[in-house]
Amino acid sequence: MSAVSPDVVGGHDHSHDHDHHGAPTGLKRWLTATNHKDIGTLYLFFSFIMFLTGGTLALTIRAELFQPGLQIVRPEFFNQLTTMHGLIMVFGAIMPAFVGFANWMIPLMIGAPDMAFARMNNWSFWLLPPAALLLVGSFFVPGGANAAGWTMYAPLSLQMGMGMDMSIFAVHIMGASSIMGAINIVVTILNMRAPGMTLMKMPMFAWTWLITAYLLIAVMPVLAGAVTMLLTDRHFGTTFFNAAGGGDPVLYQHVFWFFGHPEVYIMILPAFGIVSQIVPAFARKPLFGYASMVYATASIAILSFVVWAHHMFTTGMPAVTQITFMYMTMLIAVPTGVKVFNWIATMWRGSMTFETPMLFAVGFIFVFTMGGFTGLMLAIAPADIQYQDTYFVVAHFHYVLVAGSLFALFAGTYFWIPKWTGHMYDEKLGKRHFWMSMISFNVTFFPMHFLGLAGMPRRVPDYNPFFTDFNQIATVGAFGFGLSQVFFLYIVLKCIKGGPKAADKPWDGAEGLEWTLPSPPPFHTFEVPPQFEAPAGHGH
Amino acid sequence: MSQTLEKYFVPAPSYYPLIGALALLLMGSGASMWVNHIEAGPWLVASGFAVLIYMLFGWFGTVARESEGGKYGKQVDKSFRWSMGWFIFSEVMFFAAFFGTLFYVRHIAVPDLGSDIGHYFWPAFQAAWPSAGPLGHLELTMTPTAGKIALGLALMVAAGAAVTYAHKPLEHGNRSQLQLVLVFTVVLVGLFLGAMTINWLPAINTALLLASAATLTWAHWSIRNGNRGQFNLFLAVTIILGVVFLGCQATEYTHAYHEGLKLSTGIYGSTFFMMTGFHGLHVTIGAIMLTVMLFRSLAGHFSADRHFAFEAAAWYWHFVDYVWLLLFLVVYVL
Repeated sequence: MSAVSPDVVGGHDHSHDHDHHGAPTGLKRWLTATNHKDIGTLYLFFSFIMFLTGGTLALTIRAELFQPGLQIVRPEFFNQLTTMHGLIMVFGAIMPAFVGFANWMIPLMIGAPDMAFARMNNWSFWLLPPAALLLVGSFFVPGGANAAGWTMYAPLSLQMGMGMDMSIFAVHIMGASSIMGAINIVVTILNMRAPGMTLMKMPMFAWTWLITAYLLIAVMPVLAGAVTMLLTDRHFGTTFFNAAGGGDPVLYQHVFWFFGHPEVYIMILPAFGIVSQIVPAFARKPLFGYASMVYATASIAILSFVVWAHHMFTTGMPAVTQITFMYMTMLIAVPTGVKVFNWIATMWRGSMTFETPMLFAVGFIFVFTMGGFTGLMLAIAPADIQYQDTYFVVAHFHYVLVAGSLFALFAGTYFWIPKWTGHMYDEKLGKRHFWMSMISFNVTFFPMHFLGLAGMPRRVPDYNPFFTDFNQIATVGAFGFGLSQVFFLYIVLKCIKGGPKAADKPWDGAEGLEWTLPSPPPFHTFEVPPQFEAPAGHGH
Repeated sequence: MSQTLEKYFVPAPSYYPLIGALALLLMGSGASMWVNHIEAGPWLVASGFAVLIYMLFGWFGTVARESEGGKYGKQVDKSFRWSMGWFIFSEVMFFAAFFGTLFYVRHIAVPDLGSDIGHYFWPAFQAAWPSAGPLGHLELTMTPTAGKIALGLALMVAAGAAVTYAHKPLEHGNRSQLQLVLVFTVVLVGLFLGAMTINWLPAINTALLLASAATLTWAHWSIRNGNRGQFNLFLAVTIILGVVFLGCQATEYTHAYHEGLKLSTGIYGSTFFMMTGFHGLHVTIGAIMLTVMLFRSLAGHFSADRHFAFEAAAWYWHFVDYVWLLLFLVVYVL
């Protein structure tokens, strides 16, 4: 429904293609890529490999926890597993996957010929494999991998071997990658929109990424500062986190969470964006409250800078600080609620169908909201003193990160994979993947709420036999969830190989410039920017 | 939207990103080994650094050629401007982590150690700044008196404000007003140095950087008006001022180490050397950027209306200046 003047629809007109370059073939195409679609594909495959790596670590954890006592791994190694599972999933799987979506979709959505800095884009990607090598390689050095938790709290992180240093340098490299990637996205969105596409007519996915990229540029350098101080405390005699020298271990937590809390939103805002694209398409109604959606996203981003100490309620902060951070945290429920209600209002009286993307999007709204509620419980300082470092926290953040970020990534994959590959995926298998994931996810993580409330601490390889039943249910669920994701890989590979030909716009309710292009789109698209006009009756 | 329909330049496939990734892999793994005293470490870091230098020369060389070859339209130019601004913002946030740290240790961590709870562990510890903590040892010679400091700071802020204001006549093409403001800046810098004790190194350093901001602004004026000779001259003067600053900083570090103030001298040594050290590193990077611009100008690059690479380096230099003014205030004076 977006009107595009026919003569400049990317790819249909090759008469002005004289000085552009096609894709080099073979390995060189991927090593030297300057094409946003290729780089997006690289990001997506890389993140899936890291997802399986982190998942293998998680399943080892769950296998160990199937019974009380020590069965499979030593306690030191168990700590390495939980730490590296967190680092790999956050920095290797979720974040790069969203960057992959940004690379593929933002230029197509805003009518840009590519990302603003195509070469730097490739550097952002190719920095990730070295960082992943440092992380995974650290398992094989003397002393093993980082075992201080993904947060790398001092003083624990000051005491470990070489694996810790490898984590620190990996974080530096991933930070550089993220900052460059984020600058690229901000500049692309601010400077390369098609004529007629004002900021307030931009697809929500582009909006959420604009705000996410801003958060990344603001907080990744702070993380770099935090781990640099760890490094100098470890090896160069500084005493930032050592009380004997006038420092304070709690200082590390402050600096880390100043990064860490915005980081949480970095991993969820693009998910909001994806869901905001999908729900209107399958409800066949424009997104309800577009402007309020934009403002809610911006509010969440701003609030994310003033809530970090809610991760530290048990560190002995003054009561007034705790109360301030508690209220600021609870305030975030307001813009988040705006979003959830907007999605529901979008579906209200829509002519809804439930293809796989919509199933995952609706599943996302349902399960993410549950994670949001447990978040509210954790925000209450006096209650948090009970929940701190229990499985309740583990349940909470897996509800928002797995059922939140990951389900949105699945939803987005099914939504856009016809565009990417030119083939329809197998709808029956997709739906099966959804139900397998949804059920096994809840079997895995729902019992963890009870475990946490009953007092089972996180990051322990052994537990009171009292907790056995729920742990066994969770382990069964986890293996089911792992299996479901191998099934997902099969569905994706099958779709890449073949399948029914996808139309330019396979979803009749979908809107936006990406659907004006052929499926799959030609190598170069929108070399001359299209004229964008907001569809008639668009609700803003 | 006022966008032209010109074609946006998308570069051809390139190996430089991959080479850059290899460089960081070598440096990251090498540094991990080095800090753990594994012999191969320094060699890996050195080779990674060499690869990085090769990559930077090749990549920036390509960009300079593309720019001089007229491949970058207005929209690409705008992309560069946005990206440099956001890059500097990321640098601001990096320094913010350390400024926040300094604030925290001075106003929360050290006072806590001197409180009742702290006394339980270290009864003899007196909480006062500067501090090396309960088990550290630190003696510092005093800075100038409070009256001189207050006057000096006022003059410093005035000079900083003046050289910032100078960008208004620069934009408007008002030559005489720009000259007036820049001369006024330099006079204020002189007065500042007089107010502070003249042989106090940090004050000299502040004066050097403030003066370099003025000379750089005049260099900017020169290139905008096509006066390449003067541009080269003032750019060179700016670089020299930066190098002298680094020399002073090295002298100061040497004095500090001789008098027993080291990186390992408790939290004061940690914050002092890390903050001034990272600033010094950024001055070094800024000076290298400006030197590259000087060589590009000598090679005939840039014109009166196309010289964003220089402007980006100038933005960076001004950013480093502002960081120093704040450092001078919170590290040396307060």
